[in-house]
Amino acid sequence: MIALALLLLFNLAFTPGFFSVQIKDGHYYGSLIDVLNRAAPVMLLALGMTLVIATKGVDLSVGAVMAISGALAAQLIVRYHSPLAVIIAVPLLVALVCGIWNGILVAVAEIQPIVATLILMVAGRGIAQLITNGLILTFDDRAFQFIGQGHLFRLPFTVTLVGLALLLTAVVTRRTALGLFIESLGNNEAASRYAGLRTTAVKISVYAFCGLCAGLAGLIPVSDIQGADSNNAGLYLEMDAILAVVLGGTSLNGGRFYLVGSLIGALIIQTLTTTILSRGVPSQMTLVVKAIVVLIVCLVQSAEFRATVARVFGREAS
Amino acid sequence: MSQHHIPLLATMVVFALLYIIAAAQFPAFRRPAIFGNFFSDNAFLGVAAVGMTFVILSGGIDLSVGAIVGMTSILVAVLIQNRHFSPLLAVAVALVIGTTLGAGMGAVIRYFKLPPFLVTLAGMFLARGSGFLISVESVPIKDASYARLSEWSLSLGPVDVPATTFIFVAVLLLGIALAHGTKFGRNVYALGGDDDAANLMGLPVGPTRLRIYAFSGFCSALAGVVYTIYSASGNASAANGLELDAIASVVIGGTLLTGGVGYVAGTLMGVLIFGIIQTYITFLNLSSWWTKIAVGVLLLFFVLIQKVLARPAARTS
Repeated sequence: MIALALLLLFNLAFTPGFFSVQIKDGHYYGSLIDVLNRAAPVMLLALGMTLVIATKGVDLSVGAVMAISGALAAQLIVRYHSPLAVIIAVPLLVALVCGIWNGILVAVAEIQPIVATLILMVAGRGIAQLITNGLILTFDDRAFQFIGQGHLFRLPFTVTLVGLALLLTAVVTRRTALGLFIESLGNNEAASRYAGLRTTAVKISVYAFCGLCAGLAGLIPVSDIQGADSNNAGLYLEMDAILAVVLGGTSLNGGRFYLVGSLIGALIIQTLTTTILSRGVPSQMTLVVKAIVVLIVCLVQSAEFRATVARVFGREAS
Repeated sequence: MSQHHIPLLATMVVFALLYIIAAAQFPAFRRPAIFGNFFSDNAFLGVAAVGMTFVILSGGIDLSVGAIVGMTSILVAVLIQNRHFSPLLAVAVALVIGTTLGAGMGAVIRYFKLPPFLVTLAGMFLARGSGFLISVESVPIKDASYARLSEWSLSLGPVDVPATTFIFVAVLLLGIALAHGTKFGRNVYALGGDDDAANLMGLPVGPTRLRIYAFSGFCSALAGVVYTIYSASGNASAANGLELDAIASVVIGGTLLTGGVGYVAGTLMGVLIFGIIQTYITFLNLSSWWTKIAVGVLLLFFVLIQKVLARPAARTS
């Protein structure tokens, strides 16, 4: 939270026009809107990832699932000229199956989450390539284009999409007992099982949800650029998603999760990128700055680091 | 034979089966030179994977491997080509930087008790970003002595063995010696077996953990050097995703990802399986993305084998 506020303040002071939001052609335009729009895929990934991390897991395959979902959508348009409902439903369904597959490996086969999802991360991009035959598919589909480029309520449609996803996730996890189940599972799996919690079912549904989010996130860039590139779609986005979740205050040790925090984390990452770009700094700096941010956030989360700081600064920090 | 040998044995059986199938189908596959290529074409993966083996044996993970390969390769190329360093000095600088970066990550993991996953993720961003800051473009190395090293090879009967293979084998032998012949190696296994127990036994848990990541950083930097010899150029975006290939090689080679169980020699088998799959898929005239799918399937197969074997062991303990 503080990090985002600081970044916004920095922009207010040093980047002219960052906060100016104008209305053009009946839509809002401006850097802030652009940040929201561009952060949408990572925000969606972060939503799913938050729940997975809350169960003490991690999902490395989201980038590959994005590539699969995007490749499927493109292929359905290019080769089969499918109706819009099919173009959206089939990739989402396949992404859901990918998530369930991860969930079964983690919950039933009891493979560590990093390894279980590594398998789909390695193989998934190959599968996406197989779907597009290794080509970059381009197409022209006005209806499908709406997902990535359309506007609703004067805002990019992606913002509405993220808002709906957040609302749905928040209602399901905070208004029903599911959120509690997820947190208790992350805190102490054995105790949860002894308390009668169906840990297997909870785990599978969490990974399934994460897969679904990745599938949805995969449709956005494909619709935006009217093309699918299996090689680069969602590349390294799993890292950004994990980073967003951790920035948002959810601990990698599980047990507690903050959905809105994760979305803010994703926004911080995107604001960072936009800030760097709009300040004319070479884009290569983004990665270095990201590294420093990860390190600082990690350190702040470490009790040992806080103790060291407290020792160095005496009473001031304590 | 202990249960821990079974995954390694399974890897050998898979390798042998693949080789027999491929050799039966394509007579050219039987040429010894093809076998030599398994080593030389994957030398930089192998060197990085030896470092990764120690990290995984200790129960950790290192995501910065591929990025360090990219960074050191471009660093070496720019130092030699634009700054006119002698190749030896450029390589030394790269190795020192890689080792320091690894040691830095190890120190953060050690002193601040942070998950290796996050710390090495930061290391990955840092190394990849620094590489791009050095040069976005790929830089060819035109230095005469470097070119000679790139082209040099030793004729061993029907097989020409290039310098990269020698470096790979040397690192492999060093890894085996470190793992089974030194206190450091014993500590690594103890750490992966049970962190707390190792601590209670009075083993130097902290320093060992730091050294493991420093060693992995060194191996990655050396892998970057091997890359420059192999391709006679440096490229900041080289070895994208190599860390995952390295992890896959280690796991396929029979090392348990929970740590404590495995062999450096197993990692060699893992790397060779990578090589045989790649070559076989080229021979079959299939696209290279089939390699990824095949590796994913093998990864699944070996993780499941390990699970089945680990289950009775977990029950008795």
